[in-house]
Amino acid sequence: MSSKSAPVQGGFRFSQLIYDTRYRSNTIQTVALIALMALIWWLVNNTLTNLEASGKGLGFSFLTETSGYDINQHLLEYDARDSHLRASLIGVLNTLLLAFMGCVTATIVGVFVGVLRLSKNWLIARIMTVYIEMFRNIPVLLWILIVFGVMIEIMPTPRDFRGDNPAASMMLFDSVAITNRGIYIPEPLFSRPIGDVSFFPKSSMRFDVSLELVAFLIALGAGIFASGRLKRRADRIQNETGDRPTTWWQRTVCVVVLPVLVLIACGFHLGYPELKGFNFQGGTYMRNSLIALWLALSLYTAAFIAEIVRAGIMAISKGQTEASLALGISPGRTMSLVVLPQALRVIIPPLISHYLNLTKNSSLAIAVGYMDITGTLMGITLNVTGREIETVLLVMLIYLSISLSISAVMNVYNNRVKLVER
Amino acid sequence: MKKSTFFGAFAAAAMAVGFATAGTLDDVKAKGFLQCGVNTGLTGFATADANGNWDGFDIAVCRAVAAAVLGDPKAVKFTPTTTKSRFTALASGEVDMLSRNTTWTFSRDVDLKFTFAGINYYDGQGFMVPKELGVSSARQLDGATICIQTGTTTELNLADFFRVNNISYEPVPIETNAEAQAQYLARSCDVYTTDASGLAATRATFEDPSAHVVLPEIISKEPLGPLVRHGDNQWGDIVRWTLNALIAAEELGITSANISEMSSAPTSNPEINRMMGTEGSLGEMLGLSADFAKNAIAAGGNYGEIFERYVGENTPLGLSRGLNAQWTDGGLLYSPPFR
Repeated sequence: MSSKSAPVQGGFRFSQLIYDTRYRSNTIQTVALIALMALIWWLVNNTLTNLEASGKGLGFSFLTETSGYDINQHLLEYDARDSHLRASLIGVLNTLLLAFMGCVTATIVGVFVGVLRLSKNWLIARIMTVYIEMFRNIPVLLWILIVFGVMIEIMPTPRDFRGDNPAASMMLFDSVAITNRGIYIPEPLFSRPIGDVSFFPKSSMRFDVSLELVAFLIALGAGIFASGRLKRRADRIQNETGDRPTTWWQRTVCVVVLPVLVLIACGFHLGYPELKGFNFQGGTYMRNSLIALWLALSLYTAAFIAEIVRAGIMAISKGQTEASLALGISPGRTMSLVVLPQALRVIIPPLISHYLNLTKNSSLAIAVGYMDITGTLMGITLNVTGREIETVLLVMLIYLSISLSISAVMNVYNNRVKLVER
Repeated sequence: MKKSTFFGAFAAAAMAVGFATAGTLDDVKAKGFLQCGVNTGLTGFATADANGNWDGFDIAVCRAVAAAVLGDPKAVKFTPTTTKSRFTALASGEVDMLSRNTTWTFSRDVDLKFTFAGINYYDGQGFMVPKELGVSSARQLDGATICIQTGTTTELNLADFFRVNNISYEPVPIETNAEAQAQYLARSCDVYTTDASGLAATRATFEDPSAHVVLPEIISKEPLGPLVRHGDNQWGDIVRWTLNALIAAEELGITSANISEMSSAPTSNPEINRMMGTEGSLGEMLGLSADFAKNAIAAGGNYGEIFERYVGENTPLGLSRGLNAQWTDGGLLYSPPFR
């Protein structure tokens, strides 16, 4: 007891900041923080001073200037008379499209491959192993270039479809054309359109929303809602009586009939691609660059996701599966009802980072000439305006926002599936 | 230690001579070589052989400047630059000058703060198509897929041309000339567009160049020339007058064959004498030796010789002089007088 030091008497002395353990860590942290901020300030100040000295002040007014270049794939209306800001928006949408398609495909393929790698079938399990090791261990840029190279060298050119005895022909009742420039598929058209609603007309952010699409989505939503009600009713009856009423056809009708009615009302039909002049015209054109990136990025990421899924499944104790099988539940339902729901909480957190990786890897798009945000804002806009710092800063900001948004959404989902702890 | 002594000595020397600023010229002299930004590879204009030796029409300008400044055409180090990296490389001081078929435009000169030292090739954007398509004019290209090298004025000219003619096209942006060739040859694009000289250079590397035609339309003015950073006028003058010396030499009949004879003693033509340094003090005015122009011309010959050697009619490119002939022959090459 006597060894306990007496409380310091008297006022605060500056030496206490270093010698008193109560303050020392605060002192060190404060000094480190000041040093860090000084370093950042120096970097920023140095950049600004040098920019000023070279006669290029930091400024973003170039964004409102006319871009002057065309972009092949534009999800919103765009031409060379639009501003650089509009061109950047088109680029962002192309990035998002690629990221979305990639993430969805990678997840589906990844889950299948991950599950199949655990299959008892020797051949299937080995094939999946080979696939995973092949894709995981070769840089994704090479995969993109390989897929793209194979597409442009092996697929027929649009010219091959011409003539009386063409070297290539369209597939699926003349509705799909696969060429080395991309794939043309039928597009949805409406003979009795309801019209469009324009948002922010005349600004760089303008966009139109097709009312047919809105009506279709509302009908689909209503159908899904009704189907949910039917399911809950069936659950209730099952809980009360033990008998589950047959609902599958009612639910199918709910989900399918309403949207189909809307489509018929609007006069839905397909527009088929046709060979006209140099290229196919009409239909939806999926460019070779988009397909190459989509395939390469999703197959590459799927290999990682497959491993995560496998790890997640193996993390669930074998007893769970055995108990489920002992209850007479089929292996397929055991997987979907018992194992996967529990595995998800192991799977989701690393899955998020692979979605982020895929999104960031999409910036390799310029290698095959896909006009994503790196191709528009950080590519042609940078070149035309010569604003390196500004464009790179903007692109960093855009990728940061996209990644943080994906994280936020996935974290919400993770909170829903994770183990509830008390 | 050694370095700081060297810098100290150099600084003292610089002050003793009385240079107001340590400009690019001093940097180059101190380094002992010229750092020149060039194309990553364009037949006839800039190509590196297996040993890393660069050669070509744009390279010759670098060598002439090195010879003028340092007296040695071999004292050049080349930095291959893409269309996207070239301006950053020059602005950041990574290279001393850029000789890389770069178009002189208003915004590059004024907004990007570069000084174009002159024009060494008058070019224009053209289109190349396979002969079997049967296209004879660029106006027939409605709906065609067009490969463009991205990061150039090309895509802007293209957008303008198609808008003015009210026809549609599908642009395929591509990073380098080699990739563009691969896509064009695989018929992933119907058309390849870039500067007409670049088209000729690309076509020269094809297995069967005669199966491809360059369409008659030239849709833009592309004056290509070497450029330097704004703000160092002395260095800008050196590059400008080295280029002018090559052009003037052709006009005055100075060739690599007769240059030693012409520079050894004053000739009857005073302008030749002033260029060769046997009369007047033009070299000193530039901060160079009196025989800077002689060295520049001796490096690879006059403009006409360089043109014929790398891109002229007897080379695979087979370019005719056209606009690049001397003004006396109906071309646009016109060097201001050496006076």
